Amino acid sequence: MLHVKNLSCTRGERLLFSDITIALGAGDCLHVRGINGSGKTSLLRTLVGLSPVETGEIRWRDVNIADSAMNSELIYLGHDAAVNGDLTALENLQFAGAQFGLSLSQPILHDALQRMGLKGRENLPVRALSAGQKRRVLLSRLLTQPANLWVLDEAFNALDIAAGELLTQLIKDHLARGGIALLTSHLPLKMVDILVLDL
Amino acid sequence: MSLPQSSLMLVVSVTTKRDLLLAIRRKSDVLVSLFFFIIVVSLFPLGIGPEPLLLKKIAPGVLMVAALLSTLLGLPRMFAADYADGTLEQLALSPLPFGLLVSGKILAHWLVCGLPLVVLAPVLGLQFGLDGETLMMLMLALLIATPLLSLIGSIGAALTLGVRSGGALLALLILPLYVPTLIFASGAVEVQMVGMNANGYLSLLAAMLALAVFFAPWATSVALKIALE
Amino acid sequence: MNLETEKLGFYRYSSPQTFYPLAGKMLPWFWVVATLFGIAGLWVSFFVAPTDATQGEAYRIIFVHVPASWMSMFIYIVMAAWAGIGLALGTRLSGMMAQALAPTGALMAALSLLTGSLWGRPMWGTWWIWDARLSSELILFFLYVGFIALQAAIDDPRRADKAGAILALVGVVNVPIIYFSVIWWNSLHQGSSVSLTRSPSMAQTMFAGMILMALCFWMYSIAVSLMRVRAIIVERERNSEWIRAEVKYAVE
Repeated sequence: MLHVKNLSCTRGERLLFSDITIALGAGDCLHVRGINGSGKTSLLRTLVGLSPVETGEIRWRDVNIADSAMNSELIYLGHDAAVNGDLTALENLQFAGAQFGLSLSQPILHDALQRMGLKGRENLPVRALSAGQKRRVLLSRLLTQPANLWVLDEAFNALDIAAGELLTQLIKDHLARGGIALLTSHLPLKMVDILVLDL
Repeated sequence: MSLPQSSLMLVVSVTTKRDLLLAIRRKSDVLVSLFFFIIVVSLFPLGIGPEPLLLKKIAPGVLMVAALLSTLLGLPRMFAADYADGTLEQLALSPLPFGLLVSGKILAHWLVCGLPLVVLAPVLGLQFGLDGETLMMLMLALLIATPLLSLIGSIGAALTLGVRSGGALLALLILPLYVPTLIFASGAVEVQMVGMNANGYLSLLAAMLALAVFFAPWATSVALKIALE
Repeated sequence: MNLETEKLGFYRYSSPQTFYPLAGKMLPWFWVVATLFGIAGLWVSFFVAPTDATQGEAYRIIFVHVPASWMSMFIYIVMAAWAGIGLALGTRLSGMMAQALAPTGALMAALSLLTGSLWGRPMWGTWWIWDARLSSELILFFLYVGFIALQAAIDDPRRADKAGAILALVGVVNVPIIYFSVIWWNSLHQGSSVSLTRSPSMAQTMFAGMILMALCFWMYSIAVSLMRVRAIIVERERNSEWIRAEVKYAVE
């Protein structure tokens, strides 16, 4: 479904990566590895269409991503927690759904936050939560928004062991449903049959 | 993506609702720009002297310039927090039209920073000895001018996102573009004061508003995408 | 993108690599033509054009003032056009052209303001009057300064080009509105009734002098912008093979 051909990227005057070719189909998971500054985040940002493609081509369902409807099938979770400190966990999750075009009901929201281990903290302003808990609010989107393509940048950062395992399980379920996942992580993933790209 | 009118407003309301909720949570931000407006307007009589005729003459210009500066004060907040915490990135990747989501944020900025000025201006106008009809005209002119200020300002706010000394730069970029709004809005009030018909000025303001409603959100969303690259 | 650029002939000159030597070859010619027009223009404006009946010799400053005003507006439009092309087609050279034109445009606007106020002194006994032309020229100057400041504040040249392009396009839409609004404002407040350019008796030779000076300014603007764009190309492409070869050749 996702085809990348001869993709290159420069930052300033430095070549980050060149001639990357990827083909991912239903149920595939790609682990992008590399040292700090090797261009993992740049690669993911280019793949989702935030950064412009310099050379090469990215296609989603055989359509160039600029013209494709990829956004309606995509969850991209970046470095930043993308949650507002003045809003509660519940409001943040609700807004995330709304900007995706979903109006989520209270039970769905509560259920998702509960599964992410945030029960009892739904109505606290997010600024009062720890870094790991903020990440959990962000990750709750994986439960509330249906999407075929998950692009997770350093998703395991700041998560404790239990949350890390939960996320691994979520990704496995996603792949079993025929979804695609692209992720970066410094830790080895506890999953079998995944593709690896070293930058 | 073509949308029926009702869902068009629905998309706009997504970001508007959120930003209004945030404004309620952070009341101080809103109050600061309001008090700024009041203080700037009050400084003029203190600087120039209390002569009623002179004050009446400068009132439209003073009120408009103060409204313009107070709008400017709120502009950096329009996108800065969302840019810093990654929310803007999420908005850009949303399947909903980005331009409409941006329009929603501009609308929220106007409701929070512009509309209160419209309500407050007559009270300050009284300090300058303006009569009832002129006060009505002042409100009407501000009602058309303040959304225009938010719309034009959003372009500058997007262009200066994450840029060195963004606030000062924003003023430098946007204030020259505010000139026509300033001229037509204060012109309308002045013309009313001497008993002439101000419809021409109001029509010109409205025409500029119509133009800005279509083009400013588009320019702003292009500028935001550039900032996100 | 790359495939397309190679297909179309027009794009060949939009590559900095082909444009750099081309601009270098054109440069001397523009300087020569600018100098010739300058000499002719100054000769006409100082020795041929008659002394004005009402304004005496002081009016002769219009031979600098009016061409500078024209150029300041014209350059803004050209700059916005380059910016628009750059934004639409993604050609790198367009952004560089816009960046190279901005200081010259700002210089023209500043020159127009300076000569306007110098002329105002003997005419109205004041250095500055809020006449429609001077006021809109002042705002145009601010627009140039804003454009230059925005580009200077952004480190990544690609982002600077794109952000500048949007500002230039927004500006070019606004310039006529600003100009119109300032004229409207001026008529409302009944400012100066004496126009700087509409002197009652404009002789043919005066007009000829102004045209010659305008052509001189035009050629000068092209020449100096080409020089600047070459400098920008060298700066941005300093790590590429061809520019090293080019610069080495120039040094030898």
